[in-house]
Amino acid sequence: MARVRKRNIHLSKLCSFSCCRRPSQPSSTDEHDRIGQKGYSRVVYCNEPDCEEQIRLKYRRNYVSTTKYTAANFIPKSLFEQFRRVANIYFLVVACVSFSPLAPYSAPSVLVPLIVVIGATMAKEGIEDYRRKQQDVEANNQTVEVYDGNSSFNKTKWKNLRVGDIVKVHKDEYFPADVLLLSSDHEDGVCYVETMNLDGETNLKSKHPLEVTSFIRDVETVKGFRAVIKCEDPNEHPYSFVGTLYYECQQYALSPQQILLRGTKLKDTNYINGVVIFTGHDTKVMQNAMDPPSKRTRIERRMDKIIYVLFSALILVSFIGSLLFGIETKKDGGDYGRWYLRPDITTVFFDPRRPSVAAFLHFLTGLMLYGYLIPISLYVSIEICKVLQSIFINQDQAMYDEETKRSAHARTSNLNEELGQVFTILSDKTGTLTCNKMEFVKCSIAGTAYGCGMTEVEIALARKRGETLDEQRDIDTVESREPVKGFNFRDGRIMNRKWVHEPYRDYIEKFFRVLALCHTAVPEVLDPGKIFYEAESPDEAAFVIAAREVGFQFVKRNQTSIQLRELDRSSGEIVDRVYELLRVLEFSSARRMMSVIVRNPERQLLLLAKGADSVIFERLSEQGRMFEAETKEHIERYSEAGLRTLAVAYRELDDDEYKRWEQEYVKAETFVSADRDDLLDKKANLIERGLILLGATAIEDKLQKGVPDCIDKLAQAGINIWVLTGDKKGTAINIGYACSLLRHGMKEILVIPEDPGIAAVERDTEDFAEAYKIVEKQIDEGISQVTGGSSTQFGLIIDGKSLIFALDKNLIIRFMELAMKCATVICCRTSPKQKAIVTRWVKSVTGRTTLAIGDGANDVGMIQEADIGVGITGVEGMQAAMSSDFSIAQFRFLERLLLVHGHWCYRRITMMICYFFYKNITFGFTLFWFEAYSSFSAQPAYNDWYMSSYNVLFTSLPVIALGVFDQDFSARHCLEYPSLYKEGMDDVLFRWTHILSWMFNGVLSSVIIFFLTANSITGQAFRKDGQVADYSVLGLTMYTCVVLAVNCQMALCINYFTWIQHLFIWGSITLWFKFLLVYGSIPPTLSTTAYKVFIEACAPSIQYWLTIILVVIATLLPSFSYRAFQTRFRPMVRDSIQT
Amino acid sequence: MCRRIFSTCGVAAVRIVSGKMVLSFYLFTQQSLPACKPVLTPGWVIAIFLFMGVIFIPVGLVTLRASHCVIIHSMVVEIVDRYDIDCVPEPSRMDKVSYIQDDSIPKNCSRFMKVHKYMKAPIYIYYQLDNYYQNHRRYVKSRSDKQLLDGQKYHDTSSCQPVESNNNRPIVPCGLIAWSLFNDTFEFIREGAELKVNRKNIAWKSDRGHKFGKNVYPFNFQNGTLIGGGKLNPEIPLSDQEDLIVWMRTSALPSFRKLYGRIEKDLDVDDVVVVNLMNNYNTYSFGGKKKLVLSTSSWLGGKNDFLGHACVFVGCSSLTLAIIFMLLHVKYRRPYGDMSFLPWNRKSFSG
Repeated sequence: MARVRKRNIHLSKLCSFSCCRRPSQPSSTDEHDRIGQKGYSRVVYCNEPDCEEQIRLKYRRNYVSTTKYTAANFIPKSLFEQFRRVANIYFLVVACVSFSPLAPYSAPSVLVPLIVVIGATMAKEGIEDYRRKQQDVEANNQTVEVYDGNSSFNKTKWKNLRVGDIVKVHKDEYFPADVLLLSSDHEDGVCYVETMNLDGETNLKSKHPLEVTSFIRDVETVKGFRAVIKCEDPNEHPYSFVGTLYYECQQYALSPQQILLRGTKLKDTNYINGVVIFTGHDTKVMQNAMDPPSKRTRIERRMDKIIYVLFSALILVSFIGSLLFGIETKKDGGDYGRWYLRPDITTVFFDPRRPSVAAFLHFLTGLMLYGYLIPISLYVSIEICKVLQSIFINQDQAMYDEETKRSAHARTSNLNEELGQVFTILSDKTGTLTCNKMEFVKCSIAGTAYGCGMTEVEIALARKRGETLDEQRDIDTVESREPVKGFNFRDGRIMNRKWVHEPYRDYIEKFFRVLALCHTAVPEVLDPGKIFYEAESPDEAAFVIAAREVGFQFVKRNQTSIQLRELDRSSGEIVDRVYELLRVLEFSSARRMMSVIVRNPERQLLLLAKGADSVIFERLSEQGRMFEAETKEHIERYSEAGLRTLAVAYRELDDDEYKRWEQEYVKAETFVSADRDDLLDKKANLIERGLILLGATAIEDKLQKGVPDCIDKLAQAGINIWVLTGDKKGTAINIGYACSLLRHGMKEILVIPEDPGIAAVERDTEDFAEAYKIVEKQIDEGISQVTGGSSTQFGLIIDGKSLIFALDKNLIIRFMELAMKCATVICCRTSPKQKAIVTRWVKSVTGRTTLAIGDGANDVGMIQEADIGVGITGVEGMQAAMSSDFSIAQFRFLERLLLVHGHWCYRRITMMICYFFYKNITFGFTLFWFEAYSSFSAQPAYNDWYMSSYNVLFTSLPVIALGVFDQDFSARHCLEYPSLYKEGMDDVLFRWTHILSWMFNGVLSSVIIFFLTANSITGQAFRKDGQVADYSVLGLTMYTCVVLAVNCQMALCINYFTWIQHLFIWGSITLWFKFLLVYGSIPPTLSTTAYKVFIEACAPSIQYWLTIILVVIATLLPSFSYRAFQTRFRPMVRDSIQT
Repeated sequence: MCRRIFSTCGVAAVRIVSGKMVLSFYLFTQQSLPACKPVLTPGWVIAIFLFMGVIFIPVGLVTLRASHCVIIHSMVVEIVDRYDIDCVPEPSRMDKVSYIQDDSIPKNCSRFMKVHKYMKAPIYIYYQLDNYYQNHRRYVKSRSDKQLLDGQKYHDTSSCQPVESNNNRPIVPCGLIAWSLFNDTFEFIREGAELKVNRKNIAWKSDRGHKFGKNVYPFNFQNGTLIGGGKLNPEIPLSDQEDLIVWMRTSALPSFRKLYGRIEKDLDVDDVVVVNLMNNYNTYSFGGKKKLVLSTSSWLGGKNDFLGHACVFVGCSSLTLAIIFMLLHVKYRRPYGDMSFLPWNRKSFSG
């Protein structure tokens, strides 16, 4: 079954589907005709990289660079990136304008923080890019053997490779570029490659050279080899290649069969020789490498909105200020003017005769002054926090898989908080919920069911029914031998040669022979006696292993024969039998079966087939249906037990028939066109008929460890879980039960057309409408059930065919309405494309965060479509993990990733943003209140450098500590109380009311700070020696209060104090006083109004200290009281758990 | 309040323990450092409110006692006399501006201040101006710190606009602040004898020492067509011109006091102090007030009702909150861990 999925999905299709980038689809006409035309113009002079023609073409070297920047463009490009943010542009404009007399403060005091912030972000970019650069250097300096034109192969660095070079690649080496296979050490030139890096498939693929080149093995033959290749231009389709080889006045068509791609690895072959065709960025893998679609989180999008709100507040405040300033300035024009401002010889900024101009210019000044409302360091702080958070995720030992030695990996750091808001999880089944380790557990041969082990699903189902488990099973396992990977078949009737005593022993023999012969696996002898199979899929390996364990050992394969070591029933001895391999009709997703044609040692022609039950049953001959009923029943039972089933059949051919068919088939094979595959399928159908049923196999795909518990927890957290699988309905439902997706007492709603003929009538428009109606009716019925108002939970099961109708634009709304009401949705028989479409709809209909999790290349579409893509670094390779945002080794780690890290990160980031706005509003508004007392002349209340250090020095570290370390609950509690997760799902901490209440708190704090301080300190003497507080003293006192208040507010709102929090919070406060001492001792021409103010004026004053204590407490009192009362009388979920 | 959370991370922790540093680093990476987790239990809430009440009410009372006269033994005595209107002769009161701008009219004026309570030396003399925007941006910026320190050696006086030069020669000290120097003067007479006013050390020491040059003498000051405020003695270096130094420490708010001098003799109850003042300074054109203030000081400074009241208010609020919280807590008893109060559960009940 895994093969069905894999073959089904070509990477190119996926890519074009998800990224919409396939500029020109090669048309279905004969592509070889187009060589030399546009799009097919590449010319390669084999073995003559130095010849003039080749050099004139100027193809790129094999140097590869994946860095975002180069040394030359780093500064401009990264600066450009920085200033794409509105807030940063604003600060840049402010910095530029600050050199003009408009500025209320000195230019350096605004430039320095901007430089610090921009510099920090650029440094981060730089470090990341440097890492990429190092990887490039490593890749570029790998060596490969290249023919030097004379007598030998020399080691050369990858980056020096040129188009036309002949390279020799050894076993287990990666191909340095896209190479045309010439020959290998195998006789016929075949070689095997592993394409894991490219498409994630672990199985080996064979590549065949052209026959005319397969002799080119040693230096002598290489030396004389001259040829020209004309082929397509570089493109991103890894499974297509069109080209022609001109060799010794002959033309040979080239196909993907001859192309070895960069990024893949040579396996099972000692060496190959090849011609470099595409180098560097022209290679398919590099053409495919595109930046993953960048995803932005909801929080960030809302944060942008808040920034706009703040900008409007800024404009409003400036407008009010400039209006009042205009009025005040106008008054100066009369007789009762403020003569001390000399309105008679004024400048345009304060001209009472033109108050509107002055007001407008003041408006600009105000925009700069109140710029402190916009948190300059917000973006960079969030970025730093997120990077550190993802380091913590990567480091988490509880998400480390001992078996595969892999830990969780956050591949993008900007989605962390979204992990805490997941509303729907869309999960793949195979390899995600299950291990994708196939074990042969049962089979049905000639109507008799064999295999008595119990599958996990059966155990779960039995438990669900409340049955006690058979003791039998345990005894059985004790008896059994050493476990064999991929084989978990226990049956005394078959094992240890007992099968020869069974009534249908002929059938059993044939059955296992089919398993041993009908496949594309390659045996690999590790040590004598032990054979390891390289198969395209774990299923296939399981079949071959099963055959071996029963006594039909597959030992050797070459192009024309397969050798088995089996029992000779007449003599009772083990003998080697060689089957002549005539044809392999490979698996295709359309056919859903495969077959081989062999000639056995008795010279009988046999067609051996295995495939999906429905396909095989269609093709049975009359006399071959002997056991059809029993087998069907067994298959039914197996799939209920969560097993993957295939039917096995064979047929005897007579030579004439075969010859006639072969001629036709070969003709079709040589027919070069795009619909060749269809044609071949049709031809194959001609011979795959009249089969005789042997039986059926059942393979168990075990559930991963901890999956039911994990799903249980996620469901408790209120997350909806959808399973999108390619499996049959029965299998899917049972897996659903096994992993507690479907629970006892849940009501199942099926949207599956009952009529089995639906498949046949698909193309018929009339019946199409009929089927549409059925689905519509079922959905409507489902909705009426769900809205019935009962308290039962519902599980929706829909299959791929119904999904086609359900995703129709007329039905989709109703379908989603139904699906949203169900706790669990299982879509079976879905194609990868449907997975992605479902994901998109779920995303857009719910408007909430969706998470897609999968492990195979077929999940890539879904993973990229979802808000968060999680890849499982499993057996099916890295493809899913590569395109994901987070990768984990096991499904069960999802629980910790969401409930612990997601919860933490969500809380951290939202609190951090709210707090950022709070602290900046508090600060910004004290400036505004002071303005009201300086006739809105835009005189800042504080010294320039106090202001510019506010965001960078005194309030930056605690908020980063909050963003990185805060935990409202320990990991254990988060897992214990999944309902905590609802906080993030409902976005409690980032609702507008919550944000606005923080902002209001900021305004309130600023009011309290300004008015309390101003009234306490100014006016009368504030010291024993009769001195009064002036502008600098008031500024310093207010600033002290602001720094203390916002830092203490932080201490109040976090729940988690380690030494880091203590250090940062109290350290920031101490830093402020130290700053005062240092800055105050700088000569007055630099420190201006701050000179010795603290040490001389404030520190000895008792009133100063009393005031700041009072003001800080008074500032914190409202929010503290609110929290105290809310915690007690209107508790959130966390409040009740905390106590 | 602090619950120690120390979660050992099972196998993995054991594997790495090989030293204290390694362990704590491991705990750091696993985000399980020993931590203090404050939880707002009702007990703590009440205790904190009570504590603040208990602290701030007494502090407020002590503060009030130090400054305010409601309490019998108040320490600070303050006499405030507004003289800007009374010192303008009756006939000129309709047009005070032309009165003050007319140099030919003598500006002297006498005020009587009755001491209603014993005042212990030193008694600080302040002048108080209202509605005077010394914190106006144009005004604050119009000075040159470098020139104040270096005198004419420092040529760039552009920051002093619009009062940077006169007759193409720089003004020392330049700028609006210096130009508008306050120039009312006060003399104090008690029982016919002059009360000596100490006008030394009224400015901050750092200003005298480091902001105003010892060798910088006023130059070309108040020589323009429009004369702002007071004049300076060109013989005395800026660092000794304490009136100027005090004036140039600009005020924070439009209503402010500045130190004028000290009387270093005690004043008894019912003493009448006669103040002979020169009412030179023009506050009439912008409607400002001028006041003369005599005040003693306590350990806390001058008379300050606000701070004390604020302390008492905060303390009382805390106490009130504590009581309300307690009452509500008793009234709405709720077992902890009861989920029925949670927002979504509430919702489900209503819907």
